[in-house]
Amino acid sequence: MDLTCTEEEEEFRAGLRSWLADALPQLPPRPDPTDWPGRRAYDLGWQRRLYDAGYAGLHWPVDAGGRGATPTQHLIYLEETERAGAPYVGANFVGLLHAGPTIAAEGTPEQRARWLPPILRGDEVWCQGFSEPDAGSDLASLRTRAVRDGDHYIVSGSKIWTSHAEVADWCELLVRTSPVTEDVPKHRGISWLAMPMDAPGVTVRPLRTLAGSTEFAEMFLDEVRVPVGNRVGDENDGWRVTMVTLSFERGTAFVGEVVACRRTLAALAAEARRCGRWDDPVLRRRLGRLNVEFHALWRLTQWNVSEAQRTGGVPGTGGSVFKLRYSHARQELYDTAAEVLGAGALDLDQEWVLDRLSSLSYTIAAGTSQIQQNIVAERILGLPKGR
Amino acid sequence: MDFQLTEDQRALRKGVRELLAGRFGRDELRALADAPEEPRLDRQLWRELGEAGFFALRLPESEGGVGLGLPEAVLAFEEAGRALLPGPLVATHLAAGEIEGAATGATVVTAVDSSGLLPWLAASDVVRGDFAGAVPVRSVDPLTPLHRTPAAPPDPDPVAVLLTAAEQLGSAARSCETAVAYARERTQFGQPIGAFQAVKHLCAQLLVRTELARAAVYAAAVTAVPAEIRAAALLADEAAVRGARDCLQVHGGMGFTWEADVHLHLKRAWLRAGLGPSAGAVEEEWAAAL
Repeated sequence: MDLTCTEEEEEFRAGLRSWLADALPQLPPRPDPTDWPGRRAYDLGWQRRLYDAGYAGLHWPVDAGGRGATPTQHLIYLEETERAGAPYVGANFVGLLHAGPTIAAEGTPEQRARWLPPILRGDEVWCQGFSEPDAGSDLASLRTRAVRDGDHYIVSGSKIWTSHAEVADWCELLVRTSPVTEDVPKHRGISWLAMPMDAPGVTVRPLRTLAGSTEFAEMFLDEVRVPVGNRVGDENDGWRVTMVTLSFERGTAFVGEVVACRRTLAALAAEARRCGRWDDPVLRRRLGRLNVEFHALWRLTQWNVSEAQRTGGVPGTGGSVFKLRYSHARQELYDTAAEVLGAGALDLDQEWVLDRLSSLSYTIAAGTSQIQQNIVAERILGLPKGR
Repeated sequence: MDFQLTEDQRALRKGVRELLAGRFGRDELRALADAPEEPRLDRQLWRELGEAGFFALRLPESEGGVGLGLPEAVLAFEEAGRALLPGPLVATHLAAGEIEGAATGATVVTAVDSSGLLPWLAASDVVRGDFAGAVPVRSVDPLTPLHRTPAAPPDPDPVAVLLTAAEQLGSAARSCETAVAYARERTQFGQPIGAFQAVKHLCAQLLVRTELARAAVYAAAVTAVPAEIRAAALLADEAAVRGARDCLQVHGGMGFTWEADVHLHLKRAWLRAGLGPSAGAVEEEWAAAL
C-alpha cells in the first residue's frame, strides 16, 4: 500500500501546475450561468486550450487520440485543475466522459474519425438522450421508437433530463429498435444512435430546476430521420454498448468535487469563527465530523483509483459505494453551511445557498441512492433480485 | 500511487485468517461464550500466535521479530477482529521487545486504557499502567473480563488506537458477511428476506460504512499520522457498532438470542469503542484543524 506518487506522476503534476499557472490568467471572463451560448463558447474554448497543450482526452486510449493516462494521472489532473480554479468540463461532459469513450470502444474506424477529433478539439458538443418520462431508474423500459426506412431510422418519442440539449450538436440516443415480447427482454431491443441535434423534428424545451436555472431539458422527437450509419454497435445491442463505457469512470468521477468540498468546509469554518457560531459545540463537532468524512472519502478515492489502475479500468464496485456516501456527505455539508449562515441561509444571494439547492440532486442524478443500494446489494453482496 | 494490498500483504492476511479459522473457529468461540465461568485465556493459542509472529510482527529481524510495519500489523489485527479473538492482543503486541516473553506469546501483557478500563487483569502476567485500587466490573462483553481503575488514565497511544480500529474493521466486515448470509438463507413470504429492498438497503449501508472505514484505517496505517489514526478509529467504531446493530436487525428474533453470534460482535465493538478517544474529542480535534 503506497500513497506517495511516483517520480513520473510528480513530473506530470509539476508540468500541469506550471501550464495552469500560465493558461488560467489568459481565460476570458466567465459567462453568466443563464447565457447558454456564452457557456458553450467558454467551455469549448477551454477544451481547445487543453487540446493545444496536449491535455485533451487525457484518459482516452492513445489510438482514439487520447493520452492513455493512468487512473492516477487522471486523478492528479482533476485534483490540480480543481485546486487551480480551472473551468469545469461543462458542456464537454457527455462528449468526453460518455459518448466519446463509447465511440472509441465500439465505433467503426469511420465513426471514430468523424466524431472523436471534434470532441477532443472542442469543436462539437454532445448531449445524452437516455432517460424518458416513463424510464428513469428503470432505463431499459425506454420507449422512444426507431423504425427502419431504407438507410435511415425514423425516430419518435421523448427524452428528459438532457443536459446541454440547447447547445449540443449531437445526441447519444438510446432507442427501441425491437419491441419487447415475452421472448425478448427489454434491454435486448435497444440501439445506440448519434443523432444530429439540428435534424428536422427535434424540439428542445428547457426545464427549470428548483434552483431556478435551466440546467437540463426535455426533448421531443417527431419522425426524426437518423442515418443507419450513425448507429454505433449492432442493432439491438445498444444496452451493452452503453454499459461498456461506464468503466471509463475509473474511480475518478468525483475527484474535483471532493477537493472543492474540502475547500468549502474550510471556508465554512472561517465564516463560523468570524460570525461567532464557532462557540456552538454542536456546530463545531458537525464541522469536525465533516472534515473526517471528506478526508476519508479522499482516501477511498485513492483506493478506488488504485484498484482501477490494477484491473485496467474494469468498472469498480467501489463507484456505487463511494457515490452513496459522497452524495449524502455533500448534502450534509450544505445543510451545515445553512447552520453557519443562520438567517442568511434564506437569502439566495448568500454564498452556498444555491449550492445547497443544487446538492439536492446528488442523491437522485446518475442513479438514485435507493437504486445504488440495490446495485450494491445485488452485484457486490450477491443478494437475490426481487422487490 | 498504488493504494492497494501488495501480494505479500494479501498472503499475510490469508495466512492469519487460516490460522485463526483453524484454532479459533465457531466451536471455540461458542465454548467460551456458553461457559458459566469467567472466560479463560487459551495460553497454548497465545503461544501459537507468538510463533506465527503475531506479537513480534513489527520488531526488527535483528531482535527476533518479523520486521514488518504498521500496515501488516493492521491486516493481522483486522483478522483478529473478524474472528472475535479474545485477549489483550493490542497490549501484548505493543509490549513485544519491551517486556520479556511478550514477543513469543509466553508472557501475556495487559494495559490500563486511556478510559481507565483494564481488560484481562487476572489472566495477564504483566500489567502496564497504574492499576492500584482496580475493581472488577461485570463486563457487558462476556468474552472480556474487565476492571476499572481510579487512577488518571494515560494519553491514548496512537498505535494502540490504530490496531483497535483494525479489529473494529474486521468485526464490521464480518457483521456484513453474516447479515448477507442470513438474508440469503432466511425465507419469509415465499422468498429470501434479502430480496426485500428494506433488507437490501440495510446490508448495502453495512458495506458502505465498512469500505469507508477500510480506506481510512489502511491509509492511517500507511501515514501513521496520529490525527489520521484517530479519525480512522472514529469511522471504524461507527462501522463496527452500527454494523453489528444492523446485522442484529437483519436476524430478527434470532438476533436477540444468546445463541446467535451477533451480540458478541456488538458487545465487543462497544467495548473497543469505549477504549481509545471519544467521538466528540476526535470531532473537536478535526474541527480545530479546519
